[in-house]
Amino acid sequence: MTQTQTTALSAAHLAQRRQRRAARISMVLRYIILFSVGLLMLYPLIWLVGASFKTNSEIFANPGFIPKDPTAEGYIKGWETSTAYTFGRFFWNSFLIILPKTIGTAISCTMVAYGFARFEFPFKKLLFGSVIAILLLPNVVTRIPQYLLFRDLGWLDSFLPLWVPSALAGDAFFVFMLVQFLRAIPGDMEEAARVDGANSWQTLIFIVVPMLGPALISVCLFQFMWTMNDFLGPLIYISSVDKYPVSLALKLSIDTTEAFEWNRILAMSVLTILPALIVFFFSQKYFIEGISTGGVKG
Amino acid sequence: MAHLSLNNLEKTYGGGFKAVHGINLEVKDGEFMVLVGPSGCAKSTTLRMIAGLEDVTGGEIRIGDRIVNALQPGKRDIAMVFQNYALYPHMKVRSNLSFGLRLQRKSKAEIAKATADVARILEIEPLLDRLPKQLSGGQAQRVALGRALIKKPEVFLFDEPLSNLDAKLRASMRVRITDLHKRLKAEGMSSTVVYVTHDQTEAMTMGDRICVMQSGHIMQVATPKELYNKPANLFVATFIGSPEMNIIEGAVQGNEFHTKGQSIALDAALLARLGARPRQAALGIRPQHLRLVPEGTGLKATIRSVEFMGHEVYVHALLDGTQITVVVSAAEFEALGEGASVVHLRPDAEWVHIFDRESGQNVSLLAQG
Ligand SMILES: Nc1ncnc2c1ncn2[C@@H]1O[C@H](COP(=O)(O)OP(=O)(O)OP(=O)(O)O)[C@@H](O)[C@H]1O
Ligand SMILES: [Mg+2]
Repeated sequence: MTQTQTTALSAAHLAQRRQRRAARISMVLRYIILFSVGLLMLYPLIWLVGASFKTNSEIFANPGFIPKDPTAEGYIKGWETSTAYTFGRFFWNSFLIILPKTIGTAISCTMVAYGFARFEFPFKKLLFGSVIAILLLPNVVTRIPQYLLFRDLGWLDSFLPLWVPSALAGDAFFVFMLVQFLRAIPGDMEEAARVDGANSWQTLIFIVVPMLGPALISVCLFQFMWTMNDFLGPLIYISSVDKYPVSLALKLSIDTTEAFEWNRILAMSVLTILPALIVFFFSQKYFIEGISTGGVKG
Repeated sequence: MAHLSLNNLEKTYGGGFKAVHGINLEVKDGEFMVLVGPSGCAKSTTLRMIAGLEDVTGGEIRIGDRIVNALQPGKRDIAMVFQNYALYPHMKVRSNLSFGLRLQRKSKAEIAKATADVARILEIEPLLDRLPKQLSGGQAQRVALGRALIKKPEVFLFDEPLSNLDAKLRASMRVRITDLHKRLKAEGMSSTVVYVTHDQTEAMTMGDRICVMQSGHIMQVATPKELYNKPANLFVATFIGSPEMNIIEGAVQGNEFHTKGQSIALDAALLARLGARPRQAALGIRPQHLRLVPEGTGLKATIRSVEFMGHEVYVHALLDGTQITVVVSAAEFEALGEGASVVHLRPDAEWVHIFDRESGQNVSLLAQG
């Protein structure tokens, strides 16, 4: 091997090494940035969890998130609440709203979306246009007429106003989301099912719903989280404490005349976000599939 | 046992576009009928109307003795194989096959037996517990075929079932489908087939008869051989056969055909076959039926390019401004000599067709019927 070849080779070698080192540095840098931004976003949550184990006085004295002297007092006292009911009661109330609302939403929105996506009928354009219009309409606009309607139906201070509209496909957003998802699914499978002898309902149940699976999981999750977090709805319609869902109950702890027991409030807040977190982690895979892909491929 | 007939079948789409212009087609019991035509000629539309997936806007469809216009697809006793298979993505192969039978509430034992039979015939037994996404294209195609077969329908409908497969697989599936058809027929099962394709090889090799369509009209219905040898009009003549039939414009005068600058004598038999004498005519001759002849005895054409195909040579030439193709054997081409720039051609008399330029009809078929 000649001299020049050797130097050329080692030069190439050096260049390669330099490149590799640069790649490694950039990767480390990237991770540091990602990690710190991630921490920044998560900070309030971590602080919340940490603070829920602090004593009331420590919360304001100690800015860090690791409690000096961890105590579960916030949880115990918080759970008992200042009312005649424990927090369990409020969770149960939330559950009684969420369950019919989520299931009803999934069923009704699927049916409506299937209709819009796959059938031709008179005034379809107009009707779908109104779905979009409702989507763009701010929620608060309909609050008062809705209130009057439910008052006349005698539904005030019951859970019905909170879930019945949604269970009748009242959430335009979900209808729209499912229609878009369905449009991305080729109609061939449904046609094959029709040739196989399935009627529209059988096609919907046996073919369309399974293919809609990921989207339906997203719908349920969104509905679950939004209902769990909904504050205004219960505030308007629910007046007796024994029917409060958690979102109202949390506010209740702030409302009492005594000095705020922040550690109790924080402890109950942690409990309140827990179900949503758990559900989300278990269904994360489908959830992301549902909102990111527009359908089933080939 | 069911024949299928389309009587003045029409389709006008919602937007007012008329896709099918009153077609009449008779598919005999057990016949393998191929619908072929260029893209957009309404093959799929016609097939989908037979299946019941598209509303009929005029005329009637009969399967056996029943008018099925208003019947749901599931009630028509048909099965359909789709271009992209359309397998149910969330069901195992086994359930895909049995879905139709389960809807009919057949007994478990019956379903199991039917599934096993079909799986054996199509050699998909090892695949029964897989999901469609775990299948190759060819396997998915066989499952799709199985899903049609298991129903024992009166009429099978295929919409370009092989167009997503590679050339080799397509050839083997072609054979498989025709074999299957013969087998069903031999076993006395109903085996009427309507098969849509735009691939003329498929059409020619598979069809008992072929129906050539163009923009919603039927151009000719005939056996592959007849279609090739006796095309009824210019469209069929140029659509069927590869390389395409040469069409040379001109006029029939006396017993000669005059092109723009030259003329050639027409055979007496051909003249006898000739019905009317069109004012503007076109002479049609397939590239294989043009012979090389010595100078002065044929039509002269200038060579533009040459394609070597191995044992054959395609010579592309210009005859009085018309692009033509001649297929000659390699030896014949050698004999022309290096650097030849002109060829002299004479059509084989029995394969000459004369078309009326205005109506497009083949006027040299009349006497023969
Ligand atoms: N839903 C529809 N609405 C309006 N026009 C349509 C519709 N479907 C098809 N057409 C038109 O009808 C004609 C026939 O379409 P069709 O799908 O039957 O063609 P095809 O012969 O199957 O073509 P290809 O070989 O490309 O599949 C086309 O001109 C097409 O544009
Ligand atoms: Mg088509």
